[in-house]
Amino acid sequence: MFQPSSWRADFPAIATLQRQHQTYLDSAATTQKPQALLDALSHYYVHGAANVHRAQHLPGALATQAFEASRDKVGTWLNAGAGSQIVFTHGATSALNLLAYGLEHRFEAGEEIAVSALEHHANLLPWQQLARRRGLKLVILPLADNGQIDLDAALQLIGPRTRVLAVSQLSNVLGTWQPLQPLLNHARAQGAITVVDGAQGIVHGRHDVSQLGCDFYVFSSHKLYGPDGLGVLYGRNDALAKLRHWQFGGEMVQLAGYQDSSFRPAPLGFEAGTPPIASVIGLGATLDYLASLDATAVAEHEAALHRHLLRGLNDREGVRILGAPQAALASFVVEGVHNADLSHLLTEQGIAVRAGHHCAMPLVNSLGLDGAIRVSLALYNDSDDLQRFFNALDQALELLR
Amino acid sequence: MSLPPDAREALDSFAAAAGWEQRARLLMQWGERLAPLTDEEKSDDNRVHGCESQVWLVARQDDGHWRFAAASDARLIRGLLALLLVRVEGLSSAELRQLDLPGWFRQLGLDRQLSPSRSNGLNAVLQRMAQLASGA
Repeated sequence: MFQPSSWRADFPAIATLQRQHQTYLDSAATTQKPQALLDALSHYYVHGAANVHRAQHLPGALATQAFEASRDKVGTWLNAGAGSQIVFTHGATSALNLLAYGLEHRFEAGEEIAVSALEHHANLLPWQQLARRRGLKLVILPLADNGQIDLDAALQLIGPRTRVLAVSQLSNVLGTWQPLQPLLNHARAQGAITVVDGAQGIVHGRHDVSQLGCDFYVFSSHKLYGPDGLGVLYGRNDALAKLRHWQFGGEMVQLAGYQDSSFRPAPLGFEAGTPPIASVIGLGATLDYLASLDATAVAEHEAALHRHLLRGLNDREGVRILGAPQAALASFVVEGVHNADLSHLLTEQGIAVRAGHHCAMPLVNSLGLDGAIRVSLALYNDSDDLQRFFNALDQALELLR
Repeated sequence: MSLPPDAREALDSFAAAAGWEQRARLLMQWGERLAPLTDEEKSDDNRVHGCESQVWLVARQDDGHWRFAAASDARLIRGLLALLLVRVEGLSSAELRQLDLPGWFRQLGLDRQLSPSRSNGLNAVLQRMAQLASGA
């Protein structure tokens, strides 16, 4: 039965892609953008760009107002209260690097940082490199077969020496929600700083950072139907106060002299240089758009599509799904067929999916694979998109077998 | 410079191919023509990195003429490698330097395989060849 998306027409690129015979199923990499965002970007540039937080002139005041209104919208979206706990960065990767550098001074050789075995490189490498700089031990929390962090093992491994726990909310390869609450509670009780990589999780459902009780929560705008070049770092006020400044220049400065300077507190103190102003304003418009949708209807739509995806993959001989995906995406390999061949033939047929290691090389390698194909969904996909994918998959496998 | 006979054959067959399916079948058929490499030839030194699949390129010079062999664990890449080798086999370094290899794949209607977002390895193989031709 055809399952339409009520929101498909809100995303003009989907129609354009369809005219080019492209079926977009790579939203875990980046999403298409709603008209509301395009309008906001155009409005900002057409009505006069200006830098924020520095000029007293009218365009500067308007830009600053819109910019700060977006900060509040992000705060509201996360239930983080006002925007003062929201830092804008240049992406999720840069937010996680900010944390690894900003917290570095607090650690001593022999202390531990815990990350899970399924982390995206963005939430692995900043900690790995920090561990190497400071002589810390990077502890890898193992996975259970279903693709979730093995909770029993993790609770054993997170102890009094653990200074940071950094984990993903939703795996970008396995599509599994992680048992955040018990992990965060335990880590906090051990005195560790807790970091959640919400890059995938933020896109599916609303998440309440106050309820989660994490110190930091990170996501990127472009995966949440927003503009690129923009990441968000939420930090509790007391957690933000633990960070040292890490990039210098622009309005993060309070007083500057030739030999000595002082810096603002968060959030502005961690927004060196001119921020991505249009993107910040655009993200605000995207959040307004998303907030206007029926959240239950969106969740049901995504869940039904996801079931359809898993059913179709499971129905096909030789297809092996990685882990037990719960949302948003599924990664798979086909017995006796090379991923590169399959992705080549899917591309030939206009199916935009991702092949390779999905920026999680250690995870993919630990599964004994050198790559996998990932199909990922967004609220604008419909069941025809999946049908086109399955038809293309069947054609490709017929040729390759 | 006239085309080697195998390259002419490849060009004719790809020019006649209608649609992606036929091109894919042809690629796989050409891939089967590649002589297999020995285990010693599949060495780290011969491995071309930057590919989704494993690709090896073996090169030697025989009286000023390049002789290549190549392999991959992915079938369509094997086809692309075979089409590359029929075009460059036996050329001198000077001839190899002058040859427009992206143009060759364009003639075959396979230039999309060379787009920078492609990680199939063909670009990396062409770079390796260019290095060899320049004596690097």
